[in-house]
Amino acid sequence: MILSVAGRELRSLFLSPLAWILMSVSMLLLAWLFLIRLEEFIQIQPRLAALENAPGITAILVVPQFGSAAMILMLIVPMLCMGLFAREFSSGTFSLLLSSPVSVTQIVFGKFLSVLTLLGVLLLLIVLMPLSLLMGGKLDLGTLAACILGLVLLLSAYGAVGLYFSSLTRQPAIAAVSSYGVLLLLWVLDLAGGSLFSHLGMSGHFQRLASGLVFSSDILYFLLLTGLCLTLTIRRLDTLRTFG
Amino acid sequence: MEQPLIKAIGLHRYFGEFCAVRDMAFDLNRGEILGLLGPNGAGKSTTLRMLSGALAPSAGDIWLSGINLKKHPRRAKKNLGYLPEVPPLYPELTVDEYLGYCAGLRGVAVHKRAGALQKVKGRCGLSDHGGRLIGNLSKGYRQRVGIAQAIVHEPGAIILDEPTSGLDPNQILEFRGLIRELGKHHGIILSTHILQEVKAVCDRVYIMNEGRLATSAPLEQLTRHEGGILLIRLGRPPALEAIGKLPGVCSADSLGEHRFRLELEDDATACVIAERIVSSGWDLEELTSGTTELERIFTRHTTRETPL
Repeated sequence: MILSVAGRELRSLFLSPLAWILMSVSMLLLAWLFLIRLEEFIQIQPRLAALENAPGITAILVVPQFGSAAMILMLIVPMLCMGLFAREFSSGTFSLLLSSPVSVTQIVFGKFLSVLTLLGVLLLLIVLMPLSLLMGGKLDLGTLAACILGLVLLLSAYGAVGLYFSSLTRQPAIAAVSSYGVLLLLWVLDLAGGSLFSHLGMSGHFQRLASGLVFSSDILYFLLLTGLCLTLTIRRLDTLRTFG
Repeated sequence: MEQPLIKAIGLHRYFGEFCAVRDMAFDLNRGEILGLLGPNGAGKSTTLRMLSGALAPSAGDIWLSGINLKKHPRRAKKNLGYLPEVPPLYPELTVDEYLGYCAGLRGVAVHKRAGALQKVKGRCGLSDHGGRLIGNLSKGYRQRVGIAQAIVHEPGAIILDEPTSGLDPNQILEFRGLIRELGKHHGIILSTHILQEVKAVCDRVYIMNEGRLATSAPLEQLTRHEGGILLIRLGRPPALEAIGKLPGVCSADSLGEHRFRLELEDDATACVIAERIVSSGWDLEELTSGTTELERIFTRHTTRETPL
């Protein structure tokens, strides 16, 4: 059942030009940034060679690249997720799901799985760029793995937030704008300083992971955020059946 | 004895203060076609949405094939097919993709899906349209896809909410054939505000008004007096009493503009009455079989002041 829901959703996502445009735009931007960073690195490489304990290409190029990916995808994911439920509500197709022998939890996990699959494809393309450097040099694969882990966790949190806001409204645009609001807020929360805000904000957790420091608390933060949003979505859909 | 396919008791549904459905009860058995009649806004769709599990009732209980819908929703819904008022279609999918998805959602095993699709497309006249995008289909064909979606997994109970809206007269005839055929082995609830449709296919009629069940009866009972009423227009009408005294006529009412409504005695036929009118020299201009019992019951139960 989960797979049926996810399969249908993925098909619809890939059949709509929106997903393709969003993916190609983000790849274009990231490729541009990657090339600029590579150019810079090549220019400063002779000076780095003279230094002792000089930072390698992973720290100079790969880590900031993943930081940019985190920012760009924050703009992309709400657009991908906005229609997940909102479009089903407005076109009346949601009653098909409700009258089928599928639980609300299965529906939510099916939708979430489809988003993760799409973002997984995107992530693969993003990772291919730094991996291409292996052809001409060496990378710190441990740091790269930490970066990938960070981005996976971050993207699933983005997806879960987008999914929740899509379940709140019939209009996709409203869902997209509200998830932008929340994601940006979570991202800038730690600018206020203070330990509470830096614990609640996303950026600190992600940056620690992306710099190669894997703390279980950071992993837990993203898992909790994802779980919270999925639970809220399930709750929301349950009450929808009750209140009509 | 087999459990009724759908059984509901004391269904209530409030939207805020507004009570859309009040104390509805329902029974649907295999091999039965049940017509749910009512004017717009009577609560037909709300009732059907509750029966299908798309809307939780404010009070009351529903059993699908003997399984409580509230306690075991997933098991209960396995035996149910539902076509909502707006067919739940994805315009970006082809007919095959869509029906395959619906079959999967309703738990049809992967290796049986192709066969199920073939069968349902044949039944609904979609065999040549499997590869077409739903978004490009005409309204009639979309409605067929909607019906196909509801029966693809061969459910025992089928709920159809105004299934013939948007179909042309030929398609409506085809559709009635399909319903009658399905009604042999399944149980069907059909909501509509078209009385002819009910007369053509249903075994039993529920009439709803203002959220309540106004009346329910087997169709035979409602159509027993069918043909017992004639509407005529005369060129040279006599006094009303003279028409009333015509042999075979129980009573006559004037409807104005030379029109009359005749209630016939049980053994009289329209043909005999027409002959008698003509031989009386009243210049018969028009003769139609009048409102049937079903129509009269419908009007009586769905308007506040009793007409006629």
